[in-house]
Amino acid sequence: MSITPVPPGWWKMPLHKEEKWWISIALVWCIAITIAMPAWHFVGKQNSSQEYYTISTEDYNTLAEEFMEKYKTGVETAGDWEWDVVTPPPGSDIYLRSMQWKWDPILKLKKGETYRLHLSSIDVLHGLSIHPLNMNFEAVPGWDYVLTITPTQAKEYRIICNEFCGADHHGMIGKIIVE
Amino acid sequence: MSNFRTCSITGLKVHLPAEKLIKINAVTAIVFLLVGGILGLLLVLTRWQAVHILPPEFFYRFLTLHGIAMLVAWIIFWEMAALYLTSAILLNSRLAVPWVGWLQYLLMLVGGGMVAVIILLGGADVMFTSYVPLKAHPLYYLGVILFAVGAILGCVVFFATLVVAKTEGTYSGSLPLVTYGAAAAAIIAIITLSHGAIVFIPTLLWSAGLIPPMDAEVYRLIFWGFGHSSQQINVCTMVAVWYMLGTLTVGSTPVNEKVCRTAFVLYILFINIASEHHILVDPGFSAAHKSWNTSYFMHLAVLASMIHAFSVPAALEVALRKKGYTRGTFEWLKKAPWGNPGFSSLFLSLVGFGFLGGTTGVIFGTEQLNILSHNNLRIPGHFHATVVAGTTLAFMGATYYVLPLIFQREVAFPGLAKIQPYLFGIPIMLFSTFMMVAGGFGVSRRSADMYGSGGFSVEYSPIVDISLSIMGISGVVACLGGAAFCVISVATLIIGKKIVAK
Repeated sequence: MSITPVPPGWWKMPLHKEEKWWISIALVWCIAITIAMPAWHFVGKQNSSQEYYTISTEDYNTLAEEFMEKYKTGVETAGDWEWDVVTPPPGSDIYLRSMQWKWDPILKLKKGETYRLHLSSIDVLHGLSIHPLNMNFEAVPGWDYVLTITPTQAKEYRIICNEFCGADHHGMIGKIIVE
Repeated sequence: MSNFRTCSITGLKVHLPAEKLIKINAVTAIVFLLVGGILGLLLVLTRWQAVHILPPEFFYRFLTLHGIAMLVAWIIFWEMAALYLTSAILLNSRLAVPWVGWLQYLLMLVGGGMVAVIILLGGADVMFTSYVPLKAHPLYYLGVILFAVGAILGCVVFFATLVVAKTEGTYSGSLPLVTYGAAAAAIIAIITLSHGAIVFIPTLLWSAGLIPPMDAEVYRLIFWGFGHSSQQINVCTMVAVWYMLGTLTVGSTPVNEKVCRTAFVLYILFINIASEHHILVDPGFSAAHKSWNTSYFMHLAVLASMIHAFSVPAALEVALRKKGYTRGTFEWLKKAPWGNPGFSSLFLSLVGFGFLGGTTGVIFGTEQLNILSHNNLRIPGHFHATVVAGTTLAFMGATYYVLPLIFQREVAFPGLAKIQPYLFGIPIMLFSTFMMVAGGFGVSRRSADMYGSGGFSVEYSPIVDISLSIMGISGVVACLGGAAFCVISVATLIIGKKIVAK
């Protein structure tokens, strides 16, 4: 009975054959998935980035604004919102600034080219969700998270904020255009 | 020994102060379940995009309170009742220092009440996670701290009672398995609730304007030592309740005590650090650090669950076969007491937690797969399978035994009680499943409107509409199942036939 005290000797009870088999199979499976996670860093193409730096929100904001000014190629509006459209050269460092409740700027990227995306926030936490790819990364104030990305499909992506950030969290939707 | 009564059903000596504390904690738990359930109904009717009833402001407010009321208040109040039950009652002992038990209750009630009021007044629209630098009113953090300290006191009373029972020789041999599991839960509770208190003290001071904010990443790391590890208190208690229900419903005995108890130790050793799977797609931690903590450590805790996944049903099978249901491979399962809500809760909880909640937890907690699951609906889908289909359902099943044994009343509306676990368990599993399906297509969690608010629009796969509709319908039915549980419990307390001691 599992609700009554157990008389001495229970530690010496041998395991049944079925139990031994089950625990062995489970252990082997656990070891396999334990190996799989680090192994994918060597054989897989898609892993989360290991490059990040601490940065003050002010410094990050300055860098992002310089970037937007330098490569600005247009303006786009939707509803009450307005964005700069920015077309950076392939291979460059690009910035995606998150703030309550906006992703800045609209990035225009080239298919097959690689960029270094600097992701951060200048106020609270935000979540980068690239839709419809459903790839998700955290945008954290005080941290410059560098994601090396190579767009493989020419289309318009949405960026949905998926970390709760206040009253208009659900309205925080940006755009990446891949040509 | 006027402080004791003898239970007319089990013959156990029941310490009256312990019984009082069990009653008050259990009733409070059910009140919070009711509040959280009503909010849950409004929330599901909002995320079901075709219905979408709540404006954003109230959606976020109610979602915050739903998380606190369910994940924290309902479950931890119930666990306090479980700790006193598995220590004082099962060991035939007196409860050590009952006044500390009352302090536990008072602190948790004041803390929980404070948090609830502040949220409803609009002072803490920050979600259950309250990530800094998103700020809530200082009283919100103070409420959480009081609640956590209260719960730690409950664990202290539990351990003190174990010592009392041992020294006063109220039992012989080793602790019952259920008490052993509860002890594992209490150890995890002390570790994890301390994380909660540690992270919320500087947050409180910051919110009050006394110190600068802490680093957002540091907060996330320590918070999850509380936020996720506290779910392991639930896992541990739930597994202990599974063993208890197995014994109460079909008279099962653990197949091998050594294996079961070792599995509980694995939980204690490995589950806390595994909480780092929350920061898999964050900056600030190397891949080596993330992999090490979420693979090796997490998978050893998973091994513990795999062991219970064998032991619990195996014990049921052995017990039912002993009753003579030995024909074929599955006669024991066919002849199991499916009309007993204790048994059906146990079984559905086992299926929901194991097949839906546990497996998806391991999948989403894998570093690379987490990129595809982080903060979309897959995550609430996962934890509604573990915490609701698993823990909550198991606790409901156990309540059907606590009512006659502790409250000494026959369960009211036995016909409704018979179907209640199905009415709640099956739809909540559908709810979780289709939430995860929608999440797989990129629907974000914690969003008042997945189509945005007037800026860019978002298009989704048509599967999303269907998934959210199934999620909505099954969510509403599950709310009815939850309401049925509350009605049965409350009616039992008011009009349930008194069981007279012979």
